[in-house]
Amino acid sequence: MSADVETRAPGTKEPGRAGKAVRSDRAKAEARLGWWLAGPAFVVMLAVTLYPILQALYDSLFQYRLTAPDDQKFVGLGNYQTVLTDRVFWGALLVTLLITVVTVVIELVLGFALALVMHRAIKSLRGILRTAILVPYGIITVVSAFAWFYMFDIQSGFVNHWFDWVPGISPDLNWFAQQGTSLFVICASEIWKTTPFISLLLLAGLAQVPTELEEAAEVDGATWWQRFARVIVPNMKAAIMVAVLFRALDAFRIFDNVFIMTNGANGTTVLSLLAYRTSIGRLEIGLGSAISVLLFLCVILICFIAIKLFKVDLASARGEG
Amino acid sequence: MRRRALTAAIGLALLAPLAACSGESGPPTLTWYTNPDDGGQAEIARRCTDAADGAYRISTEVLPRDAASQREQLARRLAAKDSSIDIMSLDPPFIPELAEPGFLAPMPDEVAEAVSKDVVQGALDASTWKDELVAVPFWANTQLLWFRKSVAEEAGLDPEKGVTWKEIIDAAKDQDKLLGVQGAKAESLTVWVNALVESAGGHIVENPEASADEVKLGLDSDAGKAAAEIIGEIGRDGTGGAGLPTADENASMVTFQGDRGSFMVNWPFVWSATNAGVEAGTLPKELVDDIGWAIYPRVDEGEDARPPYGGISLGVGAFSKHVDAAYEAAQCIVGVDNQAFYMATNGNPASNTKAYDDPQVKEAFPMADVIRQSLEQAAPRPQTPYYNEVSTGLQETWHPPASVNPDTTPKESSEFITAVLRGEALL
Repeated sequence: MSADVETRAPGTKEPGRAGKAVRSDRAKAEARLGWWLAGPAFVVMLAVTLYPILQALYDSLFQYRLTAPDDQKFVGLGNYQTVLTDRVFWGALLVTLLITVVTVVIELVLGFALALVMHRAIKSLRGILRTAILVPYGIITVVSAFAWFYMFDIQSGFVNHWFDWVPGISPDLNWFAQQGTSLFVICASEIWKTTPFISLLLLAGLAQVPTELEEAAEVDGATWWQRFARVIVPNMKAAIMVAVLFRALDAFRIFDNVFIMTNGANGTTVLSLLAYRTSIGRLEIGLGSAISVLLFLCVILICFIAIKLFKVDLASARGEG
Repeated sequence: MRRRALTAAIGLALLAPLAACSGESGPPTLTWYTNPDDGGQAEIARRCTDAADGAYRISTEVLPRDAASQREQLARRLAAKDSSIDIMSLDPPFIPELAEPGFLAPMPDEVAEAVSKDVVQGALDASTWKDELVAVPFWANTQLLWFRKSVAEEAGLDPEKGVTWKEIIDAAKDQDKLLGVQGAKAESLTVWVNALVESAGGHIVENPEASADEVKLGLDSDAGKAAAEIIGEIGRDGTGGAGLPTADENASMVTFQGDRGSFMVNWPFVWSATNAGVEAGTLPKELVDDIGWAIYPRVDEGEDARPPYGGISLGVGAFSKHVDAAYEAAQCIVGVDNQAFYMATNGNPASNTKAYDDPQVKEAFPMADVIRQSLEQAAPRPQTPYYNEVSTGLQETWHPPASVNPDTTPKESSEFITAVLRGEALL
């Protein structure tokens, strides 16, 4: 760090590169220390992420059932062909995408509102407000899934009785008997639980917007909406995109809520559940690995689209840009 | 101070593995993986440890709550050759899947002979794979027809003499009551479909011992159609209630206990649960007096019903280091006294007919004789190593009940399950 500063010429725009050319002994020692400190964690990460990914890739090329270990057979890309030509897979992909889009959009709007409230709240209220908003995020997903399930359950739930004045809701409405209503509860539970996460990321972004800009806009007579749309949002674009990317990746891998509430009934099967059902339920390791690999590819695709097409800059969101 | 604590911790860490080694020199400790219950299996483990007089000790480990998760855990551990599994409580449909790859230790002939004596046929059938007894029958469960005496009386039915599905559907419809059946997309739906197909004289799987690509399904038949007619009618005409597509055993019990309860097919736990509700004051006392029980409803008037069979058999792990001791312990566990104790205290019916003569059992289960008869008539679910595929495939195609069509559902489900078994379709 200090070496960089010493060797940087005034006005140099790329301190990293300039520093690399003439690295002092101290810089080298610091880099080495960095590797010593981060190395073990890096090795552990490789062991627990890269190894299973490679193993799944390898397994996906075989017809392999855990309870028939001797019948393992190399099938090449056969498992992928089975998966990609099956309507169950495409149905699950569609439902997963629907849940991802709906929850992320709603969470972004609500998260923004909550972030603004937290940002603007008077100092004495700020602590309690932030805690209150963060409570759902602190609850384990399985627990929140059960809570939402029992809330809407036709026998134990109170929603049908409290909201029977709403058209379409009656004591006889079985929320988990049709696709639309099931997905509504699944999405609602997901939104309730993870909006605080998105609002936290956005709050960090809000804190980075220079107050002088807002004040200048106010002095120039800008309305609240103009200040919001022209000053605040453009200045926190990076934070917004990072929040959307993180949540989209998370939402795409949704499992707990669906598993607890419907277990995939009424066309609510999502990709993670399909992979689970195939690998863990049916013990078909080969076919299940193929689905997992495809799920992984989808996640990479989302990252690629976000980073390359929407130009999400992960560094700038941390205030390094 | 801190240094001393550190030394002590290191010493403990070094000595702990030695302590584990020393455990091997004493009597073997057998680990029994049990399904969750009211503590009955742990108590039996204690009793058998005492009875063994130092020959072995039994410790219990509790498996997950639902049968499918129990199977997942056991199958994965056994596939990894886990030697810590000595005895396991197995749900019968999953026995072939574990027996076929040799995950269950072969049963000595003398043990097989001893544990088959006085045992109901349903329990023996369910513990057999390829003509060999591979698991020790422990407790045996069956569904009965539970009815509200007032409703049956008004309909002019005497369920104890045998009733058909059509009769109870009509009775419920006429009196605007609800039937207690399990329409949730879960194992309980397979139980229902299997009982109906078997009662109509058919079988879901015609050749259960065949390999995956040769399994022949018997759903696309008159028996399959008869089953689909009953489920579809209950689903469509509302006699199952709005909660039917998500109704499991507990939910149908709650429906049956309510004002619109009429007839219900369910396991005997509903009797102890209802009595407990009355004792706790959450259910009226008159309810218990209004409840009657009989053998499962028939599909055809002239044919005896084949009620569902459930329960638990004990398997001995093939990779256990103490197979002989484990079989000895299993014989102790299924002793008549232990079965009677388990039935009277935990509500799970015995597989040994002698246990039904126990006064404790007779007091706790006034319907013990009907249970015993039902167990003799019961038909197990398909005994195939691919049971999970068959069962999940049925649930995919026969759910929700209102969508079941006798002209299309049996055929479609047959084709779908066949394609899944051949590896041509996802489940």
